[in-house]
Amino acid sequence: MAELRVMRADVVPPEPPPRRHLISIRDLSRDDVERLLATARSFERSLEREMKKLPTLRGRTVVNLFYESSTRTSSSFELAAKRLSADTMSIKAAGSSVDKGESLKDTALTIGAYDPDVIVIRHPQIGAPYLVARHTGAHVVNAGDGKHQHPTQALLDLYTIQEELGRIEGLHVAIVGDVLHSRVARSNVQALVLMGARVTLVGPPALLPRGIEALGCETSTDIAAIGAADVVYVLRMQRERMEEGANYVPSLREYTARWGVTPERLRPGQKVMHPGPMNRGVEIDGRVADAADALVETQVRAGLVVRMAVLYDLLTGGPVGVQAAAAVEVA
Amino acid sequence: MLVARGGRADDLVIRGARVVDPTEGIDATLDVRTDAGLVTEIGTKVDGNAHRVVDGAGLVLAPAFVDPHVHLRTPGREDEETIASGTRAAAAGGFCAILAMPNTEPVVDSAAVLGALVERARAEADVPVGFLAAISKGQRGAELTEMAELADAGAAGFSDDGVPVASAGLMRRALQYASVTRRRLALHCEEPTLSRGGHMHEGAVSAELGFAGYPSVAESLMVERDLALAAYEGQPVHLLHLSARESVAALEAAQANGVAATAEVAPHHLCLTDEAVRSLDPNVKMNPPLRAEEDRTALLAGLRDGHISAIASDHAPHARHEKEAPFEAAPFGVTGLETAFAALHTHLVEPGLLPLATLLERMSAGPARAYGLEPPRIAVGAPANLVLLDPSATWRVREESFRSLSANSWLLGKTLRGRARMTVAAGRVAFEA
Repeated sequence: MAELRVMRADVVPPEPPPRRHLISIRDLSRDDVERLLATARSFERSLEREMKKLPTLRGRTVVNLFYESSTRTSSSFELAAKRLSADTMSIKAAGSSVDKGESLKDTALTIGAYDPDVIVIRHPQIGAPYLVARHTGAHVVNAGDGKHQHPTQALLDLYTIQEELGRIEGLHVAIVGDVLHSRVARSNVQALVLMGARVTLVGPPALLPRGIEALGCETSTDIAAIGAADVVYVLRMQRERMEEGANYVPSLREYTARWGVTPERLRPGQKVMHPGPMNRGVEIDGRVADAADALVETQVRAGLVVRMAVLYDLLTGGPVGVQAAAAVEVA
Repeated sequence: MLVARGGRADDLVIRGARVVDPTEGIDATLDVRTDAGLVTEIGTKVDGNAHRVVDGAGLVLAPAFVDPHVHLRTPGREDEETIASGTRAAAAGGFCAILAMPNTEPVVDSAAVLGALVERARAEADVPVGFLAAISKGQRGAELTEMAELADAGAAGFSDDGVPVASAGLMRRALQYASVTRRRLALHCEEPTLSRGGHMHEGAVSAELGFAGYPSVAESLMVERDLALAAYEGQPVHLLHLSARESVAALEAAQANGVAATAEVAPHHLCLTDEAVRSLDPNVKMNPPLRAEEDRTALLAGLRDGHISAIASDHAPHARHEKEAPFEAAPFGVTGLETAFAALHTHLVEPGLLPLATLLERMSAGPARAYGLEPPRIAVGAPANLVLLDPSATWRVREESFRSLSANSWLLGKTLRGRARMTVAAGRVAFEA
């Protein structure tokens, strides 16, 4: 059958977005990730000062365009932009012209007319950030597009792991729960594999997407598989996925009994992460969420400095590690 | 069953083309003359008479193409395509006849709707069109249409294309009644409880991108069901737009057991795989979806050996604003009438994966036979249905180049080799460039 191959490279439209957007972890090299984490670290030091604001992005405009409800991500981006002295504007789908049936393209053109430097977008549909990138001149940051990607979440998770465990390479991370519907899981698998970690996805069979192993991870339907991991990353079990007739699992109760992360299923010293918001008593036992090994609040704090690093990196385009440190010193 | 606007036949002498007609077993440099809509002479040094003489040197003259699967969007979405624009596009693609699917607004499910279409085609179709009528009323899968009356009114076949006939019981009744109408049933094979919500092939790419999957088994399971019912009722069936290797295997097994099943495949399924969806370009979103490399090679093998006997563009025009949306929000379907030959010539014939004669046969006689139509032939006395092809013409696919009202092509911006220079449909020059 070998002769049947055509020139596939010729027929697949191979147009990755330019590097100046952050839409997918796939856009990043290992060097890019290391640079972003180093920049975030230098910003973290700046936050220890009494005067927390840096003048770095003064005069720049960051637009947050959110088509889905979000507390931590939108507030984190907004604060990150403000800490860097950028002007910010937040647009939520509810109450905007989106409510009146405006297409994403037209909304993008409208916002683009103000020449913002960065558009941060969250949208329920896969690929929405690419559409915005095509129709505006702004740098686009994906704050979550459907079930596709949530790259800043993955970066803040890498940052958290790096800070707490001192390294990423060689660690074993188990990601537990509804992988099928999770952009967090997809971004994290790619980011962790990129940085040399071992990843095992654990969950009910219908919630582990067929073919996901191609990303370089393992899968298991047995919750005992989390026992060997250094980090247990618990995904939110979305109740809306449990609608009648979906039958991903027979019931939420059965999910919790089989795949809930409880103290009994963990060993001492294992770190536990969760992207929030948590459903205590569903995917995560309250005792686990409140234990010292849970890094949930650390993740939230990491979110701020990592998003500062992303905005800084996009807008200064530098060899950033050094320059970011310099900017901190000046401030 | 096929209707077009009238018009005087063009008397032609096409000189010195490489005449390739796999049905007639011709592959030689010859002259061909037409008179009053018929081929009247094939030979060397054919007398020009007072005919228009066309220089065919360096070109290929073949039986014109038949597209068994076109969406003309009329009635209802004349902003996307009309009978006039769709048949102009067909002529430019080298087609002398096309079959239009009935999933319009309203659905072609009554003799009144069909009759209006036939009237319109008589006024504005540049190449002959056949209209399929729906199997079920409103394509809702509950009640059969009045198939005998529709057949009398000119239905070229029956299909619920766009959606499957979900009920096995209704499918069986349709097969039983097909013995009365003597028209082919053309089946869109999709098990809806397995494909629901799916935007692309289920596999490593959908797992990575996060799209809900539309697995191969959603198609092949329905292919197997429909072939089993066709065997049981002893009726012929035509399987639309196959995409999965398991479907090809089921088709081959049924044909070996004597089931009168034919099948078609679309150019995009022969040239692309689900890897193309990484671009998130809504112009690679179609139903059935692009599948894996193993599926693509199985479809190509099935086409070469003749188990799949027809190429169908599944030309599905969509308004620009509907395709200019995130992949999930965009409708399924791509255009193909004006690029089918060029795409397959470029991607399959030139690299040596498919003989030119096989491509020509699968685009002409193959689809005609699947619907019981007279295959276009280059033979004395046969109707003049001819396409003059320039295999070395290099062109870039641009929005402006389309005669179709829509431009949702997966080939936009691509450079192709090969195109029609002249199309003669039912004796008339329907296109020339």
